[in-house]
Amino acid sequence: MNLLKLLLLGAGIAALFIAPLGQGNYIIYTLSSWLLFSIAAMGLNLTVGYAGQVSLAQAAFMGIGAYITALMTLAGIHWALASLTSILGCFVVGLLLGYPALRVQHHFLAFVTLAFNTLIYLVLRNEEEITGGSFGLVGMPRPNFFGISTDSNLQFYYFSLACFLLAAGVMWWILRSPWGRAFKALRENPIRAESLGLKVRRQTLLAFAIGSAFGGFAGALQTPLVQFIEPHSFALLLSLKILLMVVVGGSGFFFGPMLGAAVVILLPEVLRFTEGYYLILYSLMVIVLMVYSPRGLMGLGYKLFDKFKPKQEARRDIEQGVQL
Amino acid sequence: MAELLQLIVSGLAAGSIYALAAVGFTLLWQASQTINFAQGEFVMLPAFFVLIGMTVLGLPLWPSVLFALILSLLILGVMFKKLVVEPMMPHGTLPLVIATIALGILMKESVKEFYGATAQPFPAIFPQSVYNLAGVSISVQDICNLIVSMLAIGGLQLFLSRTRTGRSMQATAQNPNVAEILGVNVKRMVLYTFLINAALATIASVLISPIYLAKFSNGETLGLVAFIAAIVGGFNQIRGALVGGLLIGVIDNLSAVYISAQYRMAMPLILLIAIILVRPQGLLGTSEGRTV
Repeated sequence: MNLLKLLLLGAGIAALFIAPLGQGNYIIYTLSSWLLFSIAAMGLNLTVGYAGQVSLAQAAFMGIGAYITALMTLAGIHWALASLTSILGCFVVGLLLGYPALRVQHHFLAFVTLAFNTLIYLVLRNEEEITGGSFGLVGMPRPNFFGISTDSNLQFYYFSLACFLLAAGVMWWILRSPWGRAFKALRENPIRAESLGLKVRRQTLLAFAIGSAFGGFAGALQTPLVQFIEPHSFALLLSLKILLMVVVGGSGFFFGPMLGAAVVILLPEVLRFTEGYYLILYSLMVIVLMVYSPRGLMGLGYKLFDKFKPKQEARRDIEQGVQL
Repeated sequence: MAELLQLIVSGLAAGSIYALAAVGFTLLWQASQTINFAQGEFVMLPAFFVLIGMTVLGLPLWPSVLFALILSLLILGVMFKKLVVEPMMPHGTLPLVIATIALGILMKESVKEFYGATAQPFPAIFPQSVYNLAGVSISVQDICNLIVSMLAIGGLQLFLSRTRTGRSMQATAQNPNVAEILGVNVKRMVLYTFLINAALATIASVLISPIYLAKFSNGETLGLVAFIAAIVGGFNQIRGALVGGLLIGVIDNLSAVYISAQYRMAMPLILLIAIILVRPQGLLGTSEGRTV
């Protein structure tokens, strides 16, 4: 079973390497944006799926990351340093925002982050001297690494893929570490976890801050990918979209966010022939999915798998009990 | 001084309509732990039902309002509960949050596709005249809006505290298990809550649409404002939602004039964060206690 999983993982990574070959620019661009949204969704999955807190500010963190990276690279600083600053910045902001919000009842983080996202949007739009206001910032360079440029879309795709694999690796390591396993304990049974000596609040706060840092990293990637950023693309709607990715894919599953990001990014392309009706169809599908399988597509997959898997079954006559 | 008074009065009028949406929001949360992210769209939609009644069916204004009320009760009340909320109740809050977000998008996009993307003029319900009282201009529409929403909320409060059904609903909200043991039909009480929410949304819609025009995207700000009003006032109190709504209406108006038009939207949000930090149960709310 383990070997099978390893083989599948290898095949998956190989597929990611050959996916863009021979494709048009637009498809490569879409794939790159799928990779970066997967990073953002992965971070949110840590907050939502493992720590059990709803955050509606992932877009704000992407925005903070994107603007920090844009301003620094426009000033001539290398992308690597800019992205590290973005990640660190988002981590700190996450701590500052989460500390008071997590002091109180469980659903309050959702409200605080909702307000925070709108505030960030207003600041980005109104502080024109720094952020360029609603016209945004343009002309951010794509980074160079030791003389290798990432200027073409294909090169940038491989660069995003490297970042994606790095982020996924870090996330895997976090979840496998004793510290990460504590999250699962928290999610499964918070009272028991606390009685075993876990600091619930500290754990949740760190999960939120790390999730936010992933958002910042995704933002740092978006700046060189799109090379144009404006406040509206980091509004509340995007946060809802990222939350949708996590939940549609399957919150609490490692591969859930990647699947969810693929659905949210690619489905509009597939449904394009329906023209104006695609959002209607799309939202209907989400409602039906949530009603039928609240654990998202991954949960749905497991449900179907369980249905077809041969399993031990008690004799039907015994199950019914003796009937006299 | 006259300007300040004028701003406060129109702020109260707008705030009373926010309060209607916020009260519905609070009721749903109490009865079924539903955080309804589509609440803004719930207020947006009935105006279009009225317009359909008037343009498609050719009814006069008031029968159209009745038609809209019935449709809202059916769609936003019964169908919302039976098709969306009920199947998801056992799975916790998160899937339901996602489903209501999707429902909001569905309603918004459907109106845009099937009715029109432009703002539709909506017939005025009250006279549009403006009176001048000692230098303060006061519009009749504002005063009437304020009176109607106060009557609606007051009536609701009386219904909840004085009638048997209302008390049963309160019992259901406080502790469904015990209420069930005591012989309250919990499912029916929850359904009543959804119906009341739909009716409140219809009233809010009919009051606010003559001012803002009926537009598919109206729900975005309305939902957010209702949300903030409910939390600022106290998530588990009807009075709280009322105070929160009025407060947000006034603050919104004052900050647009005296602080900064650009950061107008920010003031309610800052208030929200401040309230959560200082008094998480809201201005009038009572503490629910920690889960762990």
